[in-house]
Amino acid sequence: MERTEALNSIREVAVEVLAVEPDQVTEEARFKEDLNADSLDLVEFVMGIEEKFDVSVPEEELDGVNTVGDAVTLVLGKVG
Amino acid sequence: MSDAYLDHKGRPRIVVTGIGVKTPAGNDVDTFWSRIRSGVSTADRIQGFDTSDLSVHIGCEIRDFDPIPYFGAKEVRRVDRFTQAGFAAAADALADAGDPGADPARCAVVTGTGVGGIWTYEEQFAITHAKGHDRVSPFFVPMMMANACAGTISMNFGWTGPNINITTACAAGSHAVGEAMRLVRDGTSDVVVAGGTEVGMTPMTLSAFGRMGALSGREADPEHASRPFDIDRDGFVMGEGAAFMILERMDRAIARNAKVYGELIGYGRNADAYHITAPSPGGVGAAACMQLAIDDAGLTNAQIGHINAHGTSTPLNDAGEAEAITKVFGEQAPPVTSTKGVTGHLIAAAGAVEAVISLLSMRDAVIPPTANYARGDEGATIDVVHGTERAWTPAPVVSNSFGFGGHNASIVLAPAPNAQ
Repeated sequence: MERTEALNSIREVAVEVLAVEPDQVTEEARFKEDLNADSLDLVEFVMGIEEKFDVSVPEEELDGVNTVGDAVTLVLGKVG
Repeated sequence: MSDAYLDHKGRPRIVVTGIGVKTPAGNDVDTFWSRIRSGVSTADRIQGFDTSDLSVHIGCEIRDFDPIPYFGAKEVRRVDRFTQAGFAAAADALADAGDPGADPARCAVVTGTGVGGIWTYEEQFAITHAKGHDRVSPFFVPMMMANACAGTISMNFGWTGPNINITTACAAGSHAVGEAMRLVRDGTSDVVVAGGTEVGMTPMTLSAFGRMGALSGREADPEHASRPFDIDRDGFVMGEGAAFMILERMDRAIARNAKVYGELIGYGRNADAYHITAPSPGGVGAAACMQLAIDDAGLTNAQIGHINAHGTSTPLNDAGEAEAITKVFGEQAPPVTSTKGVTGHLIAAAGAVEAVISLLSMRDAVIPPTANYARGDEGATIDVVHGTERAWTPAPVVSNSFGFGGHNASIVLAPAPNAQ
């Protein structure tokens, strides 16, 4: 999967779950500071990612995932 | 505090300075009140969800209500519909009252709800059933819990005083108003937002009430299905809604020159201790409850000018309540109305909606009619206002609510002090 394709799919999840504008969802955007996501929001966001890409993301793998770009990298590592 | 602001027991007097509604009869007070006065029922085929697999297809729905202006696009997904309607009604009430200007620590929230977020419960149960338990939303608990609306109101208002929710089925709205009165009377709070909310008309609850035999079978003629006190009544019509009011210590409200809808002067509550759904025979629990409220108000029974009844349109409730009214007031009881003919049964919101109606009935000196009432039970003597609204000289009103579980609550409201 191309990185842009993964980003676009993650953007769709973020727009729906976090109620942000599509152009806010850049690789550099930080979930907490820039997308105003609290811990419960992030749980729902990860569930959305799991559904979208048909992958499983255990909680321990979320350490260090702070930006949208981090999430893209995580997903690409799972779907290849 | 001057004695003029203390009641017959030396407790602070309490006035209502703001009201807000989200109901099948309207989502603003003017639309709502004009529909209530029309006596035309809001019962209809349910449009909000597919009822084709159910045996019940009629109800009284909140329609054309957009919660997004109250919450924003993100937050609205984090609250169940009962919180959406309840918070919106509370926010409208506060906007109507204007800033009470009180210490936030002396501002309280008292909500009533029968079940809380049962839409969330049904939706999330379906997801876990279909996809497994690790698919349940992290928002399931904070959305579903019965106190979610109370918490949402306090957070948004910034009010840090007592924040409680009451869960007494169909009596919860009146209990919320009554318990709010107690917070002001005992000196705990200066301002309280109090009311009830229920958006619990789901496929499962509708079916369950249907199987209990509690609902009207007039599926083909919804407009005439809810007919409180009428001899041909055959059950209630389920509804959804919310109403909230701002209660303030009277001296503070007068000092800030607030608009005053009326005064809250009496509160009674008790239990039937008889049956989980049926009222006690002869309406003895309801009669005792009304008497407690009138005594609490320091009035004689003859000083009550009108009764806004629970009047659900079930054979048992209305017969018991009519009997209770006759027990308390004799054969010359004041005029009675049940606005559930128009609204359907709004469950925990009912008492709060009807308290609002009682205030407006005093303000405008009209008693709204009981929709679809034509003739009472054999031997019943109560004077049910029907056909068209009735002009009256405003006087204290008793508003009743009785809930499954045998919970009874009555409140007594009086005209605005400057109107007396």
